[in-house]
Amino acid sequence: MTYKRSVGESIFSWFNVGFMLLLCTVTLYPFIYILFASLSDPTEMARFRGLLLFPKGFSLEAYKAVLENPMILVGYRNTLYYVVIGTAINLVMTTLGAYALSRQGVLLKNPIMFLIVITMVFNGGLIPSFLLVNSLGLLNSAWALLLPGAINSFNLIIMRTAFQGIPVSLEESARIDGANDWVILTRIILPLSLPVIAVMILWYTVGHWNSYFSALIYLRDRELFPLQLILREILISNSTDNMMTGAATSDRADIGVTIKYATIIVSTLPILLIYPFLQKYFVHGVLIGALKE
Amino acid sequence: MSSLNKNRASLLARDRKDSKLTVLGRDLIRNRYIYLMLLPVIVYYAIFHYGPMYGLLIAFKNYGLADGVWGSPWVGFAHFQSFFENHFFWRLIRNTLLINLYELLFAFPAPIILALLLNELRLKFFKRVVQTISYLPHFISIVVVVGMLVDFVARDGLINNILAMFGMEPIAFLQEPGWFRSLYISSGVWQGVGWGSIIYLAAMSTIDPSLYDAARIDGAGRWRQTLSVTLPGIMPTIVILLILNIGSMMSVGSEKIILMYNPLTYETADVISTYVYRKGILGADFGYSAAVGLFNSIVSFILIMLANTISKAVSDHKLW
Repeated sequence: MTYKRSVGESIFSWFNVGFMLLLCTVTLYPFIYILFASLSDPTEMARFRGLLLFPKGFSLEAYKAVLENPMILVGYRNTLYYVVIGTAINLVMTTLGAYALSRQGVLLKNPIMFLIVITMVFNGGLIPSFLLVNSLGLLNSAWALLLPGAINSFNLIIMRTAFQGIPVSLEESARIDGANDWVILTRIILPLSLPVIAVMILWYTVGHWNSYFSALIYLRDRELFPLQLILREILISNSTDNMMTGAATSDRADIGVTIKYATIIVSTLPILLIYPFLQKYFVHGVLIGALKE
Repeated sequence: MSSLNKNRASLLARDRKDSKLTVLGRDLIRNRYIYLMLLPVIVYYAIFHYGPMYGLLIAFKNYGLADGVWGSPWVGFAHFQSFFENHFFWRLIRNTLLINLYELLFAFPAPIILALLLNELRLKFFKRVVQTISYLPHFISIVVVVGMLVDFVARDGLINNILAMFGMEPIAFLQEPGWFRSLYISSGVWQGVGWGSIIYLAAMSTIDPSLYDAARIDGAGRWRQTLSVTLPGIMPTIVILLILNIGSMMSVGSEKIILMYNPLTYETADVISTYVYRKGILGADFGYSAAVGLFNSIVSFILIMLANTISKAVSDHKLW
């Protein structure tokens, strides 16, 4: 079916393409600016005013300072630890819950599901959660970041929905062959659910990588700080002074400017690099979640 | 129905004759592996979700760390009363509502408009590129987003440099209460508009293509098709999300605001959740801040219930 495009529609199409190009520019330019600024010569960058269209001079001093900074390295190490251990806990817990709550003929399934849904609409809030973590003796320990968020109820429901979509006949034939629930979960359900598992790994991983608030309220010991908390100090509380111990005295004030940018690049690069390859899984996950609604 | 399900159904039928306890016992034995798997999940929800709900009792108590939740003396509604009489009360309510209202006005329609415009792009490759780029900011941590914002709107930052090119005076954006909401909402739109459009694009992809053919035969142009086919097609999704949004009118997360605000901008930036954070976590006034948090939760709970009831009434869609 073809039809003639009116003049108005042609104009609209051009306007639309123009708008999309503008949107892409507005989205990407901040990242480009930061990348160029981080590579610029600190002294020139400190004096520079205006739109940065290419690096001003070239210097890797800022990256050197960032990578030599012990707190950034400690933060990176801690974040990797929280991401790996935290996501592992998330996956095990979410899978167990999703499997058990997706089976038929379990008497207490609906009451338990109901109790879980309640926690999605009503929760104790910040202060009682903080006091709970305190009374469990988890304050200022890695467990305070790993245990309270062990299951995301939305993710549990998404995974449960995916498990429910697997034909019951597969489970039944396995049961006739004498398989118990553990075997059914690990040999049948999980191998058939790789897309949803990929989505869960990605969401939990990004969540752990980006989170700062739990660390802010639960951790006191700087040796335990995740990267985001260190970033907060450098980017927002403006304490680049702490970082300058490695840099030469003469351009201390100047390098502070580019250090900020280099820190952003170093901390965001992993996500920026893997993002294009994983995008389809993220989108897939949103769609699974949307189908539920 | 398959044999195994029949088998389970007959077991359930037999259960009906027995006492509830026997039935439960039999179910626990029959599904012992399932309950074993559920055990850590139940323990987790009991401790980390129902534990804090029990802890809410301190909203009615004069909580002391040494006394614990149960041992602390009761004070009734004293904390609530002092919150209602606090001269920041109306400021907190106003700021919380206004930020939500502006989000509803700007952040809510933005992804819908983007999705409609993306849908009109003819070049599939170009569409995919735009989508990929627009989703990207969603994955940047809030610390980095606010960090970038702080840097760009600084006195010698990118935005003020651009303003200077046009001969305008520099603005101290983060110190001016008048700018806070604009910065909060616009950075939120920047970060979320692409990601938010996914759900609408998904809804559009479920629209029957024959509807467009029919509209074209009736002489509808693209504008008419958008108005009469696409928009009605995604309307259920819009309604659901709108109602969800209205349901959360009284809650604003503290995570981003805590990074963005400072005492100079409390006038417009301080919301209930940030107040709870300052009073409770920083000020260790646990009973009082728990009461403020509880007040907020209860209002939010009522709103979401109302929203769900309305949603059930006006459409078939409900949240639960």
